[in-house]
Amino acid sequence: MRTLIYTSALGVLCMLAEMFNLRRFIVPAAVAGLVVIFALNTQGWGVNQGFYHNMVMVDNFSVVFSGLLIFLTTLILLLGNDFYKHEHAKISDYIAVIVFTLAGAVALVSFGNLAMFFLGLEVLSISLYVLAGSKKKDIKSNEAGMKYFLMGSFASGILLFGIALIYGETATFDLRGITNYTATAVPSVLFYAGAGMILIGMLFKVSAVPFHFWAPDVYEGSPTLITAFMATVAKIAAIAAFYRLFSSSFLSAIPTYAWVLSAVTALTITVGNFTALNQDSFKRLLAFSGISHAGFLLMGIVGIYGKTDNAVFYYSLAYGIASVAAFAVAIIVAKHTGSDKIEAFNGLAKRKPFVAVALTIAILSMAGIPPFAGFFGKYYIFTEAVKSGHLWLTVVAVVNSIIAVYYYFKVVLAMYTKEPDEAHFTLKPAYSFVIGLCVLLTILIGVFPSVFANLF
Amino acid sequence: MLLLIVLFLPLAAALLTYVAGNRYAGKVALGLSVVELGASLALLPAYNNADAFNISFMKEWIQNPHINFHIALDGLSLLLLLLTTFLVPVIILSSVSKEVENARSLYALILLMQFALIGVFISMDGFLYYIFWELALIPIYFIALLWGDNRDKEFRNRAIFKFFVYTLAGSLFMLLGFIYLYQHADGFGVSELYGLNLSDKEQSFLFWAFFVAFAIKIPVFPFHTWQPDTYKEAPSAGTMLLSGIMLKMGIYSLLRWLLPVLPQGTLTWTPVVLVLCAIGIIYGSVIAIRQNDLKKLFAYSSLAHVGLITAGIFTLTREGFQGAVVQMLAHGVNVVGLFFAAEIIFRRTGTLEISKLGGIRNVAPVFATALMILTLASVGLPTTNGFIGEFLLLYGVYEYNTWLAVVAGLTIILGAVYMLRMYQHVMLGETKEATHSFSDLSLSELAVFVPLIVAIFLFGVYPKPIMQLAQPALETILNYSLR
Repeated sequence: MRTLIYTSALGVLCMLAEMFNLRRFIVPAAVAGLVVIFALNTQGWGVNQGFYHNMVMVDNFSVVFSGLLIFLTTLILLLGNDFYKHEHAKISDYIAVIVFTLAGAVALVSFGNLAMFFLGLEVLSISLYVLAGSKKKDIKSNEAGMKYFLMGSFASGILLFGIALIYGETATFDLRGITNYTATAVPSVLFYAGAGMILIGMLFKVSAVPFHFWAPDVYEGSPTLITAFMATVAKIAAIAAFYRLFSSSFLSAIPTYAWVLSAVTALTITVGNFTALNQDSFKRLLAFSGISHAGFLLMGIVGIYGKTDNAVFYYSLAYGIASVAAFAVAIIVAKHTGSDKIEAFNGLAKRKPFVAVALTIAILSMAGIPPFAGFFGKYYIFTEAVKSGHLWLTVVAVVNSIIAVYYYFKVVLAMYTKEPDEAHFTLKPAYSFVIGLCVLLTILIGVFPSVFANLF
Repeated sequence: MLLLIVLFLPLAAALLTYVAGNRYAGKVALGLSVVELGASLALLPAYNNADAFNISFMKEWIQNPHINFHIALDGLSLLLLLLTTFLVPVIILSSVSKEVENARSLYALILLMQFALIGVFISMDGFLYYIFWELALIPIYFIALLWGDNRDKEFRNRAIFKFFVYTLAGSLFMLLGFIYLYQHADGFGVSELYGLNLSDKEQSFLFWAFFVAFAIKIPVFPFHTWQPDTYKEAPSAGTMLLSGIMLKMGIYSLLRWLLPVLPQGTLTWTPVVLVLCAIGIIYGSVIAIRQNDLKKLFAYSSLAHVGLITAGIFTLTREGFQGAVVQMLAHGVNVVGLFFAAEIIFRRTGTLEISKLGGIRNVAPVFATALMILTLASVGLPTTNGFIGEFLLLYGVYEYNTWLAVVAGLTIILGAVYMLRMYQHVMLGETKEATHSFSDLSLSELAVFVPLIVAIFLFGVYPKPIMQLAQPALETILNYSLR
């Protein structure tokens, strides 16, 4: 509960900082604030209590996911100071909106009521629309913001319609109330239709195929830092919310949509992968591979009867950390070469071996190669899927893991075997820190997976 | 405890080598790998063959799923461990004598590779084993990619990439197999998996999940297409690691993780596998005969040899198993020597094309002798280490099926044809433009051949220690496989 309040307060403080002309301190202050909030958040462990008539729930699930989201946001903010160097006058706006997005994300993983759920989703989305279009003079960024906004509000509309139908059936927004209703009464078509619409809305938010068309353009057009933010924090929050909804109130709707969900998952993994094969822009490549990763996360929801929250969390953690590292490298490379293309990585190993090795490890982790964290993520997800009887889906996922290596290694090949061009290379300490930390965690979490694999 | 040291010493050595810097990397790596050899030999006195797994270390690693950090030795593991610790210093020594760009990374990667290989051979928990199995792929990928002999770069990238994808593809299906097994066994340990009772149908498809992974690594026809190009494009150190040790991972895994775990599946598919092996033997040999590139010739001959070894294993006979183990070790030693010989020829003449070579014996008699011994050992002449293994393998195959033995027997005849033909064209005859300034072996090059040649004769004349060490372990595996 406090997590949500303090995060929102921090956002307000960030906006105030501009009034008092404290722009120089805004990133350190926001980071420090998030660290404090992270620490306070851990106190919610084991509380398991609802606040404000169960509007917000504090349970282990919300604490753990909030912690991950706060951590990832902190890493991204650390990169912000340098990233917004040329727009320093407006930095407080950017930072504040990022923090507000986090507030929305936190609400999304800790709601106990559909109203709160929708509120969180909209705070998250609207902040992201703004951020996506935040490079005002760049036409691609404008396009990204506009596209995201149009598609996003469309999805929100469907979602809201679904919620209304659910209310019509159950006469409550409260998750527990809905759960009780489905346990006692036999739900009518209205309930399933509502659940289906919510499902579609969520699939849109996590960019599952066939609702994924917005993602690559939005990812490519947005400023890279924001792309990193969307690919990690927003995606993980949406998946967690998805899980939260369908593991409790709408669990009874899962059998009805089981085959749809399985098919969507298989498609998401496959289409994301195959489209990534042909990309020559690193950002787009990460966007498409992110779609495929969303598919892997959806596998956790397909097998939701087996209580897959551990697997979903572990995968999110591994994916989030590796992605932040990869995007941080992408920012550095794009800054020095002025290009998002994969060729921009040519000879990186000779120019900056540390960065190249870090990106290699991040990529290996995303590709699911041991002993890095991503491997265990895949392992847990596969295990849950096999356990819940989705062997064919697992085979699809395995085949796709192999295909994924192909495009991931395009980058590796470029870094190690191509000749570098002249670009001069400097590395800011903040970047070294973030990249180093992510890589270290990727290895540590991979070697000692137990720490994070059995939280729930 | 000593076993833990043996496992982690190469990892520490890799770090030290990297820290030591480019100038001293070679020496540090060599020194530490010799220490590692000493450490592994020190395991011998403590090892008690009657009580397998008496040297072991086990600690819970991950609670859910239940995974133990379980490393242990039986005779089979011990032999492969020794093969690894013996060959790695030799391989390092073979590249110390030449200028290497970014040496510290190369040697650190070789030692990292050793760490992973040892891990594969001594892990008694399937999951731990899998992690090491995959880990081995990363260093060899970079070794092959970055230090390959400078030819067509694009082609090399493609070849090495193919190798990576092939092996990873196989491995992932193995992972799926392990996950499936875990649902039934509630553990990955040897003891849990060996006692497993699965239906015939399950075993039948699980067999392929595992077999394909191993067959790609070995490689068994038709999963071999990555091999010749990779062997050719990789630097000689990489080729030696691949052919000398990494390939044994696959053969070892058949014995450790496939046959005893899925006996029914094995029984169902044995005829198919044996036919594949027979095709591989003939195919490898025939192509080797027509081959003009020295490294590719050795690659195809390797294909023929491992075809026979795999066939020996799938006969499910005592002799077949024994022969496979003996031949596995022999092949490891011989192939490393052969690839080093190819490397020397390439260093001096800049070519590996047999048609451009000739008459080297006239100018480099020591080298000619060394290659002669390696050639004969590879052909399987009595008193060399190649003989006893091949004999046992053929005996095993004969017990299974006479006709198959006839086909497999061809490997000896054809092997003699392509190896002696190679020797004749490369070493004998008139010296040619490329070879007439061929200098004989330097001291450090000789130092690579000497231990290999000693091993060739030692175990050619006296293979008993190997067979004795392997005997109880193989007996256990055979019992489970015929369950």
